Amino acid sequence: MSILIDEKTRVIVQGFTGEKATFHAREMIAYGTNVVGGVTPGKGGTRHLDRPVFNTVKEAVREVSAEASLIFVPAAFCADSIMESANAGIRLVCTITDGIPAQDMMMVKRYLFRFPRERRTTLIGPNCAGIISAGKAMLGIMPGHIYSRGGVGIVSRSGTLGYEAAAQMNSLGIGQTTSVGIGGDPINGSSFVDILKLFEADSETEAVMMIGEIGGPQEAEAALFVKEHMTKPVIGYVAGLTAPKGRRMGHAGAIISAFGDTAAEKAEIMRSAGLTVAPSPAEMGSTVAAALARKPARKRAAVK
Amino acid sequence: MDIHEYQAKELLAGFGVAIPRGGVAYSPEQAVYRASEIGGSRWAVKAQIHSGARGKAGGIKLCSSEDEVRAAAKALLGKRLVTHQTGPEGRVVHRLYIEAAVPIERELYLGLVLDRKTERIMIVAHPQGGIEIEEIARSAPDSILRESVEPAIGMSSFQAREIAYGLGLAPAQVSRAVTTLLGAYRAFRDLDATMVEINPLVITGDGQVLALDCKMTFDDNAMFRRPNVSELRDYAEEDPREAQAAEHGLNYVGLDGDIGCIINGAGLAMATMDMIKHAGGQPANFLDVGGGASPERVAAAFRLVLADGKVGAILVNIFAGINRCDWVAQGVVQAARDIQMKVPLVVRLAGTNVEEGRRIVRESGLPIITADTLAEAADRVVAALKGSRAKSTAPGNGAP
Repeated sequence: MSILIDEKTRVIVQGFTGEKATFHAREMIAYGTNVVGGVTPGKGGTRHLDRPVFNTVKEAVREVSAEASLIFVPAAFCADSIMESANAGIRLVCTITDGIPAQDMMMVKRYLFRFPRERRTTLIGPNCAGIISAGKAMLGIMPGHIYSRGGVGIVSRSGTLGYEAAAQMNSLGIGQTTSVGIGGDPINGSSFVDILKLFEADSETEAVMMIGEIGGPQEAEAALFVKEHMTKPVIGYVAGLTAPKGRRMGHAGAIISAFGDTAAEKAEIMRSAGLTVAPSPAEMGSTVAAALARKPARKRAAVK
Repeated sequence: MDIHEYQAKELLAGFGVAIPRGGVAYSPEQAVYRASEIGGSRWAVKAQIHSGARGKAGGIKLCSSEDEVRAAAKALLGKRLVTHQTGPEGRVVHRLYIEAAVPIERELYLGLVLDRKTERIMIVAHPQGGIEIEEIARSAPDSILRESVEPAIGMSSFQAREIAYGLGLAPAQVSRAVTTLLGAYRAFRDLDATMVEINPLVITGDGQVLALDCKMTFDDNAMFRRPNVSELRDYAEEDPREAQAAEHGLNYVGLDGDIGCIINGAGLAMATMDMIKHAGGQPANFLDVGGGASPERVAAAFRLVLADGKVGAILVNIFAGINRCDWVAQGVVQAARDIQMKVPLVVRLAGTNVEEGRRIVRESGLPIITADTLAEAADRVVAALKGSRAKSTAPGNGAP
């Protein structure tokens, strides 16, 4: 098992015919992802990468039963594309685009909640690296070859730091179920808690590596969730110990502006909630290995 | 993006928020002219820099004659003001705002923020003005009034009334406060702000509700659709290196250490800086070269990092996803040749096309130190810095 996507998931790409989208759609197909088409308004009826192009997401849902979408649309139009997908009944939307206005995301989040829970779209991102279920499918821009199949889930705000964690695990022979980049924006589609819930319910995931950074309340909320609801070990790391207050560190959401926003405070909150915190970013893999080794064999067998 | 107090006041006034009479001045003569234009007999001469707490730093002077206004303007223009928000280097005052001093009966706090927890615009108010709201949030959180706004509906009058009555305002002032609250909300919404702070909002002796000090911060990602706001940008208030970085599509934040960093991805950049500290060093900067780092962009990154005189060694750490290691390696080699780098350079490459990237670095013939892992990279750059410092201070090496 894995979460969110597998090799059967029927994927479309919004902004399909653009240069970056084309490059990454090729990579996704090469990885084994079931890309069934794409959407570029005005190019409907043509073919791209040997797959049909549609003018609207609704058409793609009707014609090729699309269920997941990867969005590469420019920031100014991105909120509109997300809402189009949600309205068309796409189950999972992953948005790579960086630079979406925060108030656009505020509206998008409210829009998603207008649908009843059973048909509500799960949004991942924006400003993220996407989702990969190791050895099965990739809905994103990560280098697929650095992941291998195994039992650890990764959830990270940063894309490249998620890669770093996967690479460290692989060098120790630890594989992954799914890795999810939730993105570096102040308002994002899915939070750490949303993804942790999925990993907790996934029979194959044995432990979760959660990688946070400075700014925002999500790491603290996640720590509380782990304490109260998770049976699987969660290993944490928070980037940005050296970040000064009030300065934006690349990501729109990576800014220390309130109490509890610093890396040290977040790491402390994680520790006090019972998470194992990696002492440095170079020890994410080894901390996961140690946590797996500590796991009682009986419990491990039970989830398998 | 931040703007000056006087600019924030002008914007808010356009949405119905009442402000004292005032005008901007760039010279003592202009300051005096503004004072006479405003009329009355008492004025505040206020230094315009992108920082709060200017009063405590001596940046606001109350004057009772035109001579005093002239003297205050003379003293403030060109002065370096240091507040707890500017850092020790402070900010030089280039503009002044001359404002009618008003008789204050009561001071209140009013703020609007994009709240990340509720993912809505939140109104925050406090019956005491001039305070640091973060301090109050810690010491007496229950004394803060909060109102969350439903995005599709906008702020409702009842919400504004509840806050006004909650602040203990007299009935005559409530409707004025409601106008202020609704105006501040509309400005926030229509101009893509991320923060509006009116601190203090004052009740004057004659019952007016005036915004005495204002601060507005805007969403950089939305400035493409707010040309009237983005033209208020004051480059004199920004670190020139950060402005230069932005031109090349780089994200740069200068820090106090001596190890220059060139990294892809904001999270990996922060983690690498953490790792340098862990290894006993101090990062000189945050720099994210972003996805699709071309050789030109990498070269620009090197120039930027080396422009900081404190930098004694550089660490390049690339985990290529969108990027390809061979492109980055070409950029690094090219830049190292062109710039004739005199400080040690440590390069760690991982991800897409890593073998090809490492080969390019290895075969360049340049004295580049390579590393395979994050830990190695940090250890090696800290050691290289120590090594080069030891060499340059060793006797007989031409160093003083």
